[in-house]
Amino acid sequence: MKIAQLKELLDAELLTHDESLLDHEVYNACCSDMMSDVLAFVKDQGVLLTGLVNAQVIRTASMMDMVCVVFVRNKMPTEEMIRLAEECDIVVMKAHYRAYEACGKLYTSGLVARGKNS
Amino acid sequence: MAENVVFHFDIDGEDFSSAGGASVTVKKKLRQLGIDSEQIRRVAIAMYEGEINMVIHASGGTADVIVSDHEITIVLADHGPGIPDVSLAMQEGYSTARDHIRSLGFGAGMGLPNMKKYTDSMKIETELGRGTTITMTVNIT
Ligand SMILES: Nc1ncnc2c1ncn2[C@@H]1O[C@H](COP(=O)(O)OP(=O)(O)OP(=O)(O)O)[C@@H](O)[C@H]1O
Ligand SMILES: [Mg+2]
Repeated sequence: MKIAQLKELLDAELLTHDESLLDHEVYNACCSDMMSDVLAFVKDQGVLLTGLVNAQVIRTASMMDMVCVVFVRNKMPTEEMIRLAEECDIVVMKAHYRAYEACGKLYTSGLVARGKNS
Repeated sequence: MAENVVFHFDIDGEDFSSAGGASVTVKKKLRQLGIDSEQIRRVAIAMYEGEINMVIHASGGTADVIVSDHEITIVLADHGPGIPDVSLAMQEGYSTARDHIRSLGFGAGMGLPNMKKYTDSMKIETELGRGTTITMTVNIT
């Protein structure tokens, strides 16, 4: 799924500026408010959905080579976080859905846990 | 590489929001050195977990990264409280983190297990009241 399609499915608002990154394909997603849980599973996880708002969310995504972070329940990241994300070419969005609903929408639209090659 | 490349960082224990910055820098430097991206990711995650631990459990410390031609060594040293029971601390889910740390997204008790999982060797030297030094290596293939 392209990030652009994910954005549409979640009716999300783009907060970073580089729209060309929306063309990136993502194969897998992860949803958690605990960053070490996110860091425990490396498998082509392109997207992080979270309700946690601090700079460590962006650093965690960057450590994992993730390309997109979605803040659920309309949580608003700080300017500093958006700047950090832009330095790492990470797309940041916010969506009004709750985590459970956002994950459900992505999952039923085909963003299921599988790698690039399967 | 003829000579080892060494990076040194002082990790500020007072500043949670900038914690992890050293790992971000190391990731960039390793990319410039042409290290394989999978190995960079393993180094970066292990170092990041260790850096966060030094900030939330030990009021900061130092991080040194040494890149030789066959391995990357990460040495994280702090003068914090030490770890009373290392084998307990290594268990998935074991954490002494309080609620305010959990509200920052840490305290799942996964950091040390992750550090072990992503590295080829990991050694913990710790003394109560004196501090902890963690040495990890990742082989370069
Ligand atoms: N540098 C350190 N100094 C003192 N105690 C530490 C240090 N690192 C870890 N510990 C102790 O070991 C426990 C387990 O560490 P670990 O990193 O696995 O989990 P955590 O930091 O509590 O949570 P998470 O890493 O999932 O956010 C910690 O809760 C803490 O009690
Ligand atoms: Mg930890």
